[in-house]
Order: sequence, then C-alpha cells, then structure tokens
Amino acid sequence: MRDAYIYILIAALVTYAIRVLPLTLIRKPIQNTFIKSFLYYVPYITLAVMTFPAIVEATQSPIAGCIALVVGILASWFGLGLFPVACICCVVVFVAEFVLI
Amino acid sequence: MIQFSLKVILLPPMKISDNTKAYFDGLRDGTPIGLGYFAVAFSLGIVAQKAGLNASQGFIASFFNMASAGEYALFTSIMAGATYVEVAIATLIINARYLLMSCSLSQKFSQETPYFHRFLVGFGITDEIFGISIAQKGFLNPRYTYGALTVAMPLWALGTSFGIIAGNSLPIQIVSAFSVALYGMFLAIIVPPAKQNTTILVSIIISFVMSLLFAKLPYISSLSAGTRIIILTIVISAVFAIIRPIKDEDTK
Repeated sequence: MRDAYIYILIAALVTYAIRVLPLTLIRKPIQNTFIKSFLYYVPYITLAVMTFPAIVEATQSPIAGCIALVVGILASWFGLGLFPVACICCVVVFVAEFVLI
Repeated sequence: MIQFSLKVILLPPMKISDNTKAYFDGLRDGTPIGLGYFAVAFSLGIVAQKAGLNASQGFIASFFNMASAGEYALFTSIMAGATYVEVAIATLIINARYLLMSCSLSQKFSQETPYFHRFLVGFGITDEIFGISIAQKGFLNPRYTYGALTVAMPLWALGTSFGIIAGNSLPIQIVSAFSVALYGMFLAIIVPPAKQNTTILVSIIISFVMSLLFAKLPYISSLSAGTRIIILTIVISAVFAIIRPIKDEDTK
C-alpha cells in the first residue's frame, strides 16, 4: 500500500495550483469559447457522474439508495439548499432501510 | 439613563474599520456554510475511514484540500490503490471548476489590494466560499473571505475527523444513512441549474446513463472508479462544449 500522506500531499498541491494560478497569473477573462464552455460544463457532469450509480451502491439496500436519489432530486428541484437536501437524503435512507431490512 | 449607558458599552465611539467589518461579515456568512460543511465532511469522513485513513490524516486531507468532490475522489483512489499519477489527474479534472472560479475571482480584485492576498484567497476557493465572495458588491475585500474561512475551514476538517472516528463506532444503519449526505449535496448543486437550463439538464441525464453503463459494462467496469469519472467528465464535457458552446449570458 502506498503512503496516504503522499496521496494527500499530491491532491493538495494539484488543488492549490488550480485555485491559485489563474488568480495570480490571469488578469483578463478567458476568451477561447471551447475552454470556457468545457470549464462551464465540467462541474455539473463530474458531480452527476460521481453521484450515480454511487448513491445506490453506498447504502445497505440499493432500493433505499434509489429512493434517496429520487427524493434528493425532487427536493433540489423545489429549491431546497445543500444542507437540507443532504439531511433529507440521510433520513430517507434511514427510514427506507428500517422498513426494508 | 440605562439605555444611554448600554449604548456606550455596545457602540464604542471608536469607528469600526471597513476591514474589521468585512471580516465579521465574512464570519457571519460563513457560519451556515460551516455547519453544512461539518455535516457533509462527516459523511466524507466515513468514506475516508473505509479507505483506511485515521482521524489526523482526514483532518490534514480536508484542511489542505477543502473540496468535497476532489477529496471523495482522493479517498476512493486510496481505497482502490490507485497510482499517484491517477490521483493527480483525477484531482485536476474534478477540481477543474475551481480554475474557472479562480479566473472569475481574479477580476474581483482591486489593483490596490496587495498581491499576496491572491495567494491566500485562492487557498479557500470552494463552491460556497466562491459564491459568497463573488456576490460582494464592488471589489472584494479579502478579509471578507478570510472571515468566512475562519469558521468554515476548521468545521470542514473537524467534520472529516469526526466521521472517521464515528464511522468505526456508529451502528451500520446510521453509517448507511450518512453515506448519502454527500450525494444529496451534489444533487443540490447540479439540479437547480438544470431546472433553468435544458442543456445542463440533458448533460446530467446523459452523465447518469453513461456512468451507469461504465459501471456495468464488461471490461470498462474493471477500470477504477476514479478513472471512469475522469474519462466520462472529459468526454461528455468536451462533446457539450463543441455542440453547445456557451454564450456570454450563460456564465452570469
């Protein structure tokens, strides 16, 4: 097994470089439409890819995970913020697994 | 008379400087963010614990990374025994959005703000801290961001440690329930923009479908989760950037 501290160090250095280089080097907005568009879509797509199917596999019962996914989408759709949606998903899984298992 | 003396105590005649006010404004706005961070970091800690990290490693990882999705990728990579190069690439791609935020924040600095502040503010760019910083009127006073970070960063790091410690001792039902908190937060980030913008909605649906296929198809499913995330993110984002390049109003 590789060293956890080296993993953490690598991730921290890369993340800091990403955060600080544009802020310190680039003084003007990016003009290239492709790069602008690519960076615009990345957060949504990467979070979507990370959420599904992982949310279904994270719980004891896949059905509970599916219900949490649907309820989480609905709660976000109707305007609840990050913290409430996270809480609702947890409660849904807890209740669903209580019933199912 | 009593009112008068209270007033004297509560409002000293000394004028509060703009910098102090900016710092306390940041503290105020950072507090709800910090509480949310604690809860989400807690569920991240459960992932970190599965990856074999101890509480102090989790604290250090969270303090120096401050990125839910990025750290999630870090922990799952450690769990999968990924190479250092894979971790670097995964971190780069998943946190690439901070690149855009950093660009945008660079426009928010007055020429009169000392240059070193850019190095410090950059350290704290997360979705939420960026959101409240960019929403400030006029140029950003870096002390506002520092105020928000003062409360948000320790809570984020502590939440991770608590998740690692409690992940060991909590009943399985509770761990199972907490393990979806992070995904709930991800949904709350991606769904509201999808409601406003059909292209984002379509891109998310395609991402879900492709991600499921990649997790189930033979050969491809044997790739590590981190690698699949990188490939899907680059390919789908690039395709959308080509077929649906953004117009200026999209970024507002």
